[in-house]
Amino acid sequence: MRTQAQKPAPFLFAVTALTTVFMIAPMLLSVLAGLVNNYSAGIKSGFTLRWLTEVWEVYGGTVGWSLVIAAASVAITALLGVPCAYALARSRSRLARAFEELLTLPVAVPGLATALALILAYGQIAAFRQSFAFILVGHVVFTMPFMVRTVASAFQRNDLIALEEAARTLGASFPQRFLGVLVPAVFPAIVAGALMVFTLSVGEFNLTWMLHTPLTRTLPVGLADSYASMRIEIGSAYTLVFFIVILPVLWALQALAQLMQKRYGT
Amino acid sequence: MTPRQRLQLAGCAAPAGAFFLAFWLLPALRLLALPAEQGWKTYFIVLTDGRYIESMLNTVLLSVVVTLATLAIGATIGIYLARRSFRGKHLLLALLTLPLSFPGVIIGFFVILLGGRQGLVADLSAALTGGERITFAYGLLGMFLAYLYFSLPRAVATYTAAAEAMDLQLEEAARSLGASPLRIVRDVWIPELAPTTVACGAIVFATSMGAFGTAFTLASKFEVVPITIYNEFTNYANFALAASLSIALGLVTWLVLFLTRRFGSGDGLR
Repeated sequence: MRTQAQKPAPFLFAVTALTTVFMIAPMLLSVLAGLVNNYSAGIKSGFTLRWLTEVWEVYGGTVGWSLVIAAASVAITALLGVPCAYALARSRSRLARAFEELLTLPVAVPGLATALALILAYGQIAAFRQSFAFILVGHVVFTMPFMVRTVASAFQRNDLIALEEAARTLGASFPQRFLGVLVPAVFPAIVAGALMVFTLSVGEFNLTWMLHTPLTRTLPVGLADSYASMRIEIGSAYTLVFFIVILPVLWALQALAQLMQKRYGT
Repeated sequence: MTPRQRLQLAGCAAPAGAFFLAFWLLPALRLLALPAEQGWKTYFIVLTDGRYIESMLNTVLLSVVVTLATLAIGATIGIYLARRSFRGKHLLLALLTLPLSFPGVIIGFFVILLGGRQGLVADLSAALTGGERITFAYGLLGMFLAYLYFSLPRAVATYTAAAEAMDLQLEEAARSLGASPLRIVRDVWIPELAPTTVACGAIVFATSMGAFGTAFTLASKFEVVPITIYNEFTNYANFALAASLSIALGLVTWLVLFLTRRFGSGDGLR
């Protein structure tokens, strides 16, 4: 730490403190509002777990489905994205560069447009439209670029190219090289990409609100529904459920990613 | 590269390519062609119809103002945190970047808790003045604060990392030559952080342009393009118009990202 710079900076301090209050107060307020008996009467009305159990009864299913869709998005983006990242990292053709540019479009183009396009193209296929697979496809399209970009930059390392060459001259076949040498070498990047994909998928609303049906709802979709139609205590309790269920999963994944980075990192 | 290797690479890219083609590129091309069914004029509706012009101007102006405010506040906090060591700094940074994982709807709800009809500010103002309940959640100020809320975490994270890598010698040289704090900000901090500012600004702007969940929860009187698209599609079933507006929104966003990538990484900025 640079201790010589520890002189008072009142302006910087004031901005930091004010912003911290602005960022943290709503989180505390929503946790509190989900636990009190009556929000407009305040804390004196006493604390209760009633709203939490009510949320669990009405919206409990959305939590599981959000986690399933996020996990499936991670699996699919890894299965499709890692070989694709390898191809993009090694190829110098113009087609590969063009594909790389195209692949970033679902991120640059607002999610609403992607969702509209999917509905216009596949909305008529009822079995697909009414299943969670429809939402999953949207999430994979939107998160794939993050996985591909993170892993492709790991594949570009020079020592990896030498390692691959060594395995090849020793007679390892392409699948052996890919699965035995390359994938383990870029595994920290895959974990980092997976963390990003999981986080984006769990919180995704822009696409999902358009793609969902009354029977296929994820956590953010349920949240929007409760904010619009339920009393403020239920909305708050549901937000609290989001914190309780999702944040430990995210933190565990983050810790895993940091551990991998430390142990095998570049 | 041997033909065999080329084949292997093509095989590696094929599954992702096929998925992308089927579920993004072809649907997007269909979306792109849709407004033509109602005549070529439909493509330019965002430039010709007063209602849509207003919605687009609203969105761009809000995004620009939010981006500028986010960059200024984010840089200030980043520099402060990078220079200080105090207990709980990592916890503070973790808390400040936590909202990165929140869906936009939660942030809209936060602003309602702060400035809505049953909000904290309404309660406080009623208690202080004895009657008047101040609400700001459903207008421009509510939108601004909500967009600021989801933009700040990314700016704080990137600026803290960038400020930690800043060269302190330049600043000390400037100070010993008698530069005022304002001149140090103008001549040392802003140029040194310029690459971060451009990259971070582009992402914040793009996220604000496309944000739907926050505006949807606030049901604001201040209408932005994502809400207009949603209304055209869901309430009026006007698919061609929704497609045309989506294309316009996508173009503006993509153009800003493209330009910053083109010129941001070069040395034209310094």
